[in-house]
Amino acid sequence: MAPLNYYLILSAVIFAIGVIGVLVRRNLIVILMSIELMLNAVNLTFIAFARFLGSMEGQVVVVFVMAVAAAEAVIGLAIIIAVFRHRQTLDPQEMQLLKW
Amino acid sequence: MTLSLMLFYLLAALLVLSSLMVVLLRQVVHCAVALVAALFLIAILFLTLQAPMVGVLQILVYAGAIMVLFLFVIMFLNPALLEPRRGLWRGFGVLLALALGGALIALQRQDGAAPEPVAAGASFGSPESLGQSLFTDFVLPFEIASVLLLVAIVGAVVLAKREQR
Repeated sequence: MAPLNYYLILSAVIFAIGVIGVLVRRNLIVILMSIELMLNAVNLTFIAFARFLGSMEGQVVVVFVMAVAAAEAVIGLAIIIAVFRHRQTLDPQEMQLLKW
Repeated sequence: MTLSLMLFYLLAALLVLSSLMVVLLRQVVHCAVALVAALFLIAILFLTLQAPMVGVLQILVYAGAIMVLFLFVIMFLNPALLEPRRGLWRGFGVLLALALGGALIALQRQDGAAPEPVAAGASFGSPESLGQSLFTDFVLPFEIASVLLLVAIVGAVVLAKREQR
């Protein structure tokens, strides 16, 4: 089995890739998908620690993270649909009504 | 190099590749399919860490339900216009994210002694043990999660409903 550090470094890399997606992309759906990627990187860390410390708590937390991620995806996509209906765009640069 | 280590390297390489495809591909549908691949690979990594129940849940909930929802919204909105490229901001974002990733990796390198894996019993990660701790130690968060999902359902219906004028 691969050592714990390998799993942690892998999930750090995946998390950084997700951050790149959130910062760089100009499409709300892709930004939401990058957030899902980041949540999964954290889940991988939880599962790795649960295995290497021999406790089930990490796996239980992953189940809760999945529930929160599902709720977040549903609400986020509903907001995206509502915004698209009003503005006909998915570019976050165009949504600057509150910008000073 | 043992077989399991080789499996880890293979999965890690494929996972990084598919994650980069999620972030860098220009067609939104291609990004979504790459994300499905990444979620499957993470589920396989869960299996290698003796978490079969969570791995199955990962495939059912993430690669199944959530990604179908994403694809449905992509088809529904049909974002035909490709997003414009902005060179300077793109470089800045990549630099910032690379700094974050480097910091996270450097943080782990400081701790030299990697813990050996605890010898896990046969029931570790099984549905029985997961349900055991879910319904005894974590029963209050479990109920709160059910209320959260109800709120999400109601919120999605209200938000996506067409306004009546």
